[in-house]
Amino acid sequence: MTAQKTVKKLKVKMVSIYIMGKEYKVPEGLTIHKAMEYAGYKLVRGVGCRAGFCGACATVYRFKDDYRLYTGLACQTTVKDGMYLVILPFVPAKKPGYDIEKLKADFSSIVKLFPEVTRCVQCNTCTKVCPQEIQVMDAIQMILRGDIKSAAELSFDCIACGICSLRCPAEIIHYNLFQLVRRLNGKYLTPKSQHLVQRLKEIEEGKFDKELEKLVKMGPEKWKELYEQRVIE
Amino acid sequence: MGYPGYPEEFWDSIEKVEATRERRLKEVFKRITPEEKEKLLEKWHPDYRPEGKRALKLGPNKGDYVPNEVADILEAYPLIDPNDIDLEDIDYDVDVLIIGGGGSGAAAALWTNYRGIKAENILIATKLRFGDANTKMAQGGIQAADRPQDSPPIHFIDVIGGGHYANKPELVRILVKEAPLIIKWHEELGVMYDKDEHGNFIEIHGGGTSRKRMHAAKDYTGLEIMRVLMDEVLNREIRVIEFSPAVELIMDTSGQVAGAVLYNLETNQYYVVRAKATVLTTGGFGRLHIQEFPTTNHYGATADGLVMGYRVGTHLRDMDSVQYHPTGAAFPEQIVGQLVTEKVRGLGAQLVNIDGEQFIYPLEPRDVVAAAIIRECYGRNKGIVTVTGQRGLWLDSPMIEIIHGEGTIKRYLAAMYRQFKRFDIDITKEPMLVFPTLHYMNGGIEINEYTQALNADGKPIPGLFAAGEVTGGVHGKNRLMGNSLLDINVFGRRGGINAAKHAKKAKVGKLTLKHVNNWVTKLKEAGIAPKRKAPIILPEYRGKRALSRSINIGF
Repeated sequence: MTAQKTVKKLKVKMVSIYIMGKEYKVPEGLTIHKAMEYAGYKLVRGVGCRAGFCGACATVYRFKDDYRLYTGLACQTTVKDGMYLVILPFVPAKKPGYDIEKLKADFSSIVKLFPEVTRCVQCNTCTKVCPQEIQVMDAIQMILRGDIKSAAELSFDCIACGICSLRCPAEIIHYNLFQLVRRLNGKYLTPKSQHLVQRLKEIEEGKFDKELEKLVKMGPEKWKELYEQRVIE
Repeated sequence: MGYPGYPEEFWDSIEKVEATRERRLKEVFKRITPEEKEKLLEKWHPDYRPEGKRALKLGPNKGDYVPNEVADILEAYPLIDPNDIDLEDIDYDVDVLIIGGGGSGAAAALWTNYRGIKAENILIATKLRFGDANTKMAQGGIQAADRPQDSPPIHFIDVIGGGHYANKPELVRILVKEAPLIIKWHEELGVMYDKDEHGNFIEIHGGGTSRKRMHAAKDYTGLEIMRVLMDEVLNREIRVIEFSPAVELIMDTSGQVAGAVLYNLETNQYYVVRAKATVLTTGGFGRLHIQEFPTTNHYGATADGLVMGYRVGTHLRDMDSVQYHPTGAAFPEQIVGQLVTEKVRGLGAQLVNIDGEQFIYPLEPRDVVAAAIIRECYGRNKGIVTVTGQRGLWLDSPMIEIIHGEGTIKRYLAAMYRQFKRFDIDITKEPMLVFPTLHYMNGGIEINEYTQALNADGKPIPGLFAAGEVTGGVHGKNRLMGNSLLDINVFGRRGGINAAKHAKKAKVGKLTLKHVNNWVTKLKEAGIAPKRKAPIILPEYRGKRALSRSINIGF
């Protein structure tokens, strides 16, 4: 019943990759992380969730005789023959501190903390390199127009890998900027839940305390009875 | 034509799934009876395989059965020799040390700070980067009973029934009662939950819930919560030291926990942290690959906290049960084991076999669905077998677009859509192949309502607090979806508050690692050979050939 047992012996094609310039032969179809491990690397930097959610493994690569520089996540990108690659161990970036309670959800709050946002030259490089396929430049332009809500929604899937910021000629730190924008949107531009306020009031007044106390003391037999009688919404 | 992301031998089966879809849209599979459930779990859930476990030979849980992989790290020798560590030379002298940089750790740090401990007197030590944790990978949502037709007591019954009545009820009470408070805290911090235009949360079912109480932020719920908490920790200038996992707790001569030895993964030097209160928020054990299952967990989930805690006397509970998430990706090979969120089923997708037929109600609790999938694949032989021998069944995601309208997947399951699109599979049109994957450590260090870690007699170990996945009791023997993001916030907060309270009056005496020497003596007495060392810090995935030629010449 173990999850992975090989039934057939597979004939695996090997490819050459160049990890920071050194050649290794690795099986085709592995992700960059798994290929590096196959080659003998014990990963410490440039690895996190290994599932495309944490942004720890921004990777830069290119191919021989190809002038283009490619980017991706090492956990989600499959190795190709002739790939020259490096996983970035760290992305240096400015992260200004702020007190969210004292900010307003407007352009002037944002530009004070991230004045470089006005330097955007609309080259669209950020959008082209984003492994999440976010319309990064559009989100920046929305901020410049003061449309915080749209920028927050458009940038929502950002995993803060930092690739856009490293390629940006205007040196905008997109992911820290977007973090601020999303918090402003969540806190100030989205209506608050009324149910929640009501429920908190009830909890504070002790409305459920007796019933909970009874439940805590009840024990497994009674719990089972209640569980099996549940009415499902 | 065809399905470019899938090999041709799957196509027939996919066509069958398509052919039965219209009929199945109206079909509700019968819920399992309590008797059927018991039989199913006993025969097919991996927890019930006796060869997967063994009794612990020593420590506070001596005689208790735990997975072999857990016994291996608990019955292991320390990484450090206490004689090498100079405890007089202190690198960090703080009020509160938080070990682990995930959701529980961040919540604990913030609430410690809210309760008057200055940022410079708090230290978060973490193995990878701050925030690289299972929290970020949690997709589906967070439970809180905040709608009028729901209540904390109804939530309580769901939690305790899902947990097979093995939960610690006082902890469940806190979980359900403080849930709305956590959502409010998040709202004030600016977490972007999915809401309608009036500000009402969009809430759906999760497996085992009797009311719709799953709050979500698309299918990046954990990421959204984690990054907001991180942002706040950074704004408050709380100190974080990355790539420096704790490898041993430090005690003082009066018997309280008084900090930890950290190990810098890059320079190989140790740091001594002295702390008045220590909070363990180290998470779970997915990367131990219990019974060789793949895992949804992040790279650092190696249960280091259990190992360190056990050596200072913490009692563990419910370690005999392991959560396998029913739907891990089973294809393509590059993402095998990665999470396919329960929200896919919450939105209406059914599980179907190779013939396109249902075999289980899709929103039974996780252990039940996992066992049913294993039975369908191995007992009834109704699964797909991939070229690597991986088995799997179909999760019929295109149903979501039919039920809720076109565009629903891209809007609410953006992460899932992207994950599969990278490999040419369009989940709005094609089903996904899934199989259970190791997901969550149901049990862990026993705590009380104040998050104090308890010893085998049920007494608090002074100075030591624990919160989140490293602890046991909240979820009994099976956690429900949406209760771990809740757990880390509720108990992370409590951990922070109680650690702050403790730190304000605690006095730390002379530091010692005597408990580590004592542990070594006990291991020898139990006849355990000095082969294994723990905590293991990171799993070993290096290629066999490379590893066999790896030598340390100490240059």
